[in-house]
Amino acid sequence: MLVVRLDRVFALCYRYFLVLSRSSFRVMDIVFWPVMDLLVWGFVSSYFAKSGGVVSPAVSFLVGGIIFFNVLYRAQQSISVSFLEDLWSRNLLSIFVSPITVAEFVSATYVVGVAQSVTVTIIMSLMASLLYAFDIFSMSWYLIPLFVNLLVMGWWLGLGTTAFILRYGYQAEALAWAVPFLLQPVSAVFYPVSVLPTALQAIAWLLPSTYVFEGMRNILQGGADSTSTLFLVKAALFNLLYWTVTVVFFGKMLSRARERGSLAKIVV
Amino acid sequence: MVELVDIIEVENLAKRFDNSVAIQDVSFTIKKGEFVGLLGSNGAGKSTTIQILLGLITPSAGKVRIFGLSPWKERVQVLARTNFSSAYVAMPPNLKVIENLEVFARLYGVRDRKAKIQELMSLFGIEQLSQKMTGALSSGESTRVNLCKALLNDPELLLLDEPTASLDPDIADKVRNLLKQVQKERALTVVYTSHNMIDVEELCQRVLFLHQGRIIAQGTPAELVANLGEESLEEVFISIARDRVRLPHSQQ
Repeated sequence: MLVVRLDRVFALCYRYFLVLSRSSFRVMDIVFWPVMDLLVWGFVSSYFAKSGGVVSPAVSFLVGGIIFFNVLYRAQQSISVSFLEDLWSRNLLSIFVSPITVAEFVSATYVVGVAQSVTVTIIMSLMASLLYAFDIFSMSWYLIPLFVNLLVMGWWLGLGTTAFILRYGYQAEALAWAVPFLLQPVSAVFYPVSVLPTALQAIAWLLPSTYVFEGMRNILQGGADSTSTLFLVKAALFNLLYWTVTVVFFGKMLSRARERGSLAKIVV
Repeated sequence: MVELVDIIEVENLAKRFDNSVAIQDVSFTIKKGEFVGLLGSNGAGKSTTIQILLGLITPSAGKVRIFGLSPWKERVQVLARTNFSSAYVAMPPNLKVIENLEVFARLYGVRDRKAKIQELMSLFGIEQLSQKMTGALSSGESTRVNLCKALLNDPELLLLDEPTASLDPDIADKVRNLLKQVQKERALTVVYTSHNMIDVEELCQRVLFLHQGRIIAQGTPAELVANLGEESLEEVFISIARDRVRLPHSQQ
C-alpha cells in the first residue's frame, strides 16, 4: 500500500491528461459548470447588494464560497470519477492486474485533483476579479491552508466514495456526484454556521470544510488573526483524522471486495 | 529443453460466496512452458479460478503460489512477471493505440518502450494502427492490440480469457497461429480459457476440465477424447456439461 513508484504514477497521470484533453464532456464538467455557478450566483448577489438587500461583504462571501467549494468538489471528483471512467471504459481490470499499487493509483488521482483544482481556481479567480472586483489575494498566505484543507477533504471524500463503489458496484455510482453536495448545506459554504439549527450546527463543527469557510469569511472581513488561524488548524486536524480513517476504511473495503468477489465483478 | 519448474501451484483451493460454492478442492500445478486450457461450462468455476490467480478474489480455503510467491502478499512481484488479456476488457477508447500501449509499458516498467512497442506491433502486424483511436478498432484489431499489451513486459505467465471470442474464423485462426508462435519462441506458460474447442485442441498441451467447481478430468485433448470415448473435445465438453460421463478413476 505504501510503496509508490513515480514512473507508474506518471503513467497514470499522463493517461488521465490525454483522456481529459480529448473529452469535451469532461472539460465542460470541470470548467463550464463552475464558471456558470460563478456567473449566476455572482450576479444574483451583486443585484441584491445594489438593491440594498444584502450587505456588501456578502458578495465576497458568496463568490469566495463558490470558488473554494469547487476546490473540494474537483479534488473529490478527480478520484471517484477517474475510477468510474476506468470502469466505464472496461479498462479497470487491466489496471488492477498490472503491478501498480493502490497507493500509486490513488496518488495519480490526487495529482490530477491538484491540477484540476488549481486550474479551476485560477480561471474562477480571474473571472471574479474582473466581474465582481473580488481579490482572492486579499487573503494573503491564508490562501494556502484554505486551499490545502479543501483539497485534502476532497481527497478523503473521493477515496471514501470509491471504497463504496468498490464494495457495492454500480449501484453506489451516484455517490460520486452526490457526496460533496450532501455535505454542502452543513459546511457553511455560503452562510455562517450560526444560521443552521442547533442539531445541524453540531454536525457542521465536525466537518473540516465548516472551519475553512468560517475562516474564509473571517479573513475576508479583515480578521486575518488568531481566530482564522485556529479555524484552519482545526480543519487540518479533522482532515488528518478523517483521512486516516478513510485510508483504513478503503483498505478494509478493498479486502472485503476481494473476499466477496465484488472487485472481480465490477472490474470484469 | 524447457526446465520443468512449477509456475503455478494450487492446492485444495475453495471459494464460497454467500450461498454458493464457486470452486472446491481444486488442485493443480502448471509447469514452465506449458500451454494449459481451463475448460468448463458457464458457472463451472473457470473465471473464479482465473480471478484468484490474478489476485482479484481471495480464496475461502487452500493455497496458491505463483513463481513460489503469494498473489496477494507479493502481488506486485507476481504481476510484474504476469500478464492478462481478455475479450472482455478494453482500453480507453479516446486514446490512440500507441498512447495506450505507452501507458501500459510505463506501468510495467518496460525499458526502451518505443522499441518494445514497435517490435510487438510488427509481430502482430498492426503497425498501421498505431495512430488510430482505440475505440475505432474492429474486434480483430482490438484483440491483437490487447495481446500486444499482454506481451509488453515479456511475461513468464500469460492468462488469456477467451481471447478469440467474437472473432471471425479467419482472424481467430491468425490469432491462434500468433499465440502458438509467441508461446514457442518465448517458452511462455499460458493458462487459456475458451469455449471454442478448435482453439483448445490446437493450442493446449493439457486441459483441466472444471465442472460444478471441481476439476473432474485432465489430460491432453487427445487423451480426454480417447478416455471418455467421445469423438471430439466438443463432445467431451457437452457430455461433461450434461453429466453424461462416468469418468474413469484415473481422470478424476
